[in-house]
Amino acid sequence: MKSLRTYAILYLIFLYAPIALLPIFAFNDATIIAFPLSGFTTQWFTELPQIPALIDSVKNSLYIAVITAILSTLLGICAARAAAKYTFRFKRPIMGFIMVPLVLPEIIVAVSLLVILLQLGLSLGAGTVIMGHVLICTPFCIAILNSAFQNLDPAMEEAAIDLGETPWSTFRLVTLPLVSPAIISALLISFTISLDEFIIAFFLTGTEPTLPVYLWSQLRFPARIPVVMALGTILVAGSILLLILAEMMRRRGLRRAGLQDKGGFL
Amino acid sequence: MLSRLAGMDAPLAILNTENKKGLALISAPLGYVIAMLAVPLAAILLISFWTQDFQTFDTTPTLNNYREAVTDPLYRELLFRSIRIAGLVTLVTVLLAFPIAYFISFHVAPSRKSLWLFLITIPFWTSYLIRVFLWKVILGFNGVLNSGLQTVGIIDEPLTFILYNANAVVITLAHAFAPFAILPIFVALEKIDRSLLEASQDLGESKLSTFFRVTLPLAMPGVVAAVLIVFIPTIGDYVTPRLVGGPDGLMIANMIQVQFLRLNNAPMGATLAVIAMVSVSLIALLFVALNRRYLRGPR
Repeated sequence: MKSLRTYAILYLIFLYAPIALLPIFAFNDATIIAFPLSGFTTQWFTELPQIPALIDSVKNSLYIAVITAILSTLLGICAARAAAKYTFRFKRPIMGFIMVPLVLPEIIVAVSLLVILLQLGLSLGAGTVIMGHVLICTPFCIAILNSAFQNLDPAMEEAAIDLGETPWSTFRLVTLPLVSPAIISALLISFTISLDEFIIAFFLTGTEPTLPVYLWSQLRFPARIPVVMALGTILVAGSILLLILAEMMRRRGLRRAGLQDKGGFL
Repeated sequence: MLSRLAGMDAPLAILNTENKKGLALISAPLGYVIAMLAVPLAAILLISFWTQDFQTFDTTPTLNNYREAVTDPLYRELLFRSIRIAGLVTLVTVLLAFPIAYFISFHVAPSRKSLWLFLITIPFWTSYLIRVFLWKVILGFNGVLNSGLQTVGIIDEPLTFILYNANAVVITLAHAFAPFAILPIFVALEKIDRSLLEASQDLGESKLSTFFRVTLPLAMPGVVAAVLIVFIPTIGDYVTPRLVGGPDGLMIANMIQVQFLRLNNAPMGATLAVIAMVSVSLIALLFVALNRRYLRGPR
């Protein structure tokens, strides 16, 4: 099975090739993105903090991503807990329906929200972007949290109740510590998704662009491309860092539950 | 414990409180999806029967938008092209993904599987916009690929068939949706009872015929899931056709955006969105129906 392994490694190279180019050209001393490389420079990175519009968009995006992460993780906890602990009527269709935003084309989510928000007379801004982002992040949070809640041994909670704890203190003292790695993982993933999301933000952001919307506006100007590469390098490095953190959390959660690792997030 | 003992006396009552507690807990996420997805989708459907005059809607129901959408060659072409490109992307993505999922499931030591899956998902979580833009940079006339190949001396003239056309859209989307295809196939392959494969070979099948007669049919639920999870979102992709598609690679989402944000014709945009969604759903249902025999059977 050597050929299969070779194919797998070539496939990984194909997957990583575009991202690998980012730092190469972010440090390249030329405005045109092409080989041969001309020289090393950190000029594009030092230019970044001097663009006020960029700084504003970063602040806006961080604000949106933090709120989105908290809200979608809370909704995810409700759904995952309900799915794992209780049987209720129409459980399967309800759970399926909640996961729909995962597969729906984002443009559909974006335009339908736009229409309804404008009809309600709401002004577009960070708040409307958060509404859209929570919608698409919640299914991811549920996917991550589901396995954690499903792996909980019900005997632990029953023991706490038998020993005189209230349902709320049981949840706080027993359940929460056991699922907290998954919760942190869900927070990090939804934060990452919100920070990178473009289409919904593009439609719902109004006059205050998020970072991806600002990036989109810059792609038209060839002279800005090296700066975009530098910014992209920072973004991708940040995302990868967050992901490694999320993955470490997920694994710690599995170890806490005493389970074998069976795969990734989804 | 107490609840269990009580449950023996009154199982129905317990079931009822279970029902209530579950519904109470699920009501928050469910309510959110209803308010932010179901209601807006219903609004889109409603508006598609309206017309717009600058900023105001004319709410007299009419089928004119639909008539225009199916008769205007531009809209028709965009819709068919979107379906064609999404289909091609799905085919390429799933064909490329299957061997990877197979490799990880069958030839990677169990302790290293999650590392492989993690490596495959990392690029997917990095900024989509940046990744698509990078493909534009790679495939461009004076781009990385052409300049690289010219520097090495493999080609003399830049290759022109790789940017600003449907090919570029297919390459870029196949790259973007790779993990979406790999994960469901991997999950299906992991579920296969390995003793079935041994049995097949003990009964005289070759390795190849075992693959086609045992492994592949059992992996089909994963393949079907992969096809749907790639096909449905790609048909509505906006960024990739816009950045690397050129005029011949534009898709229906680009037209929907133009109708909403440029032409101030939300009803037409809504109509196109509805038509796109209905077409996607019909194709998806047809595909599932065609693969019905693989989807039944013991879970």
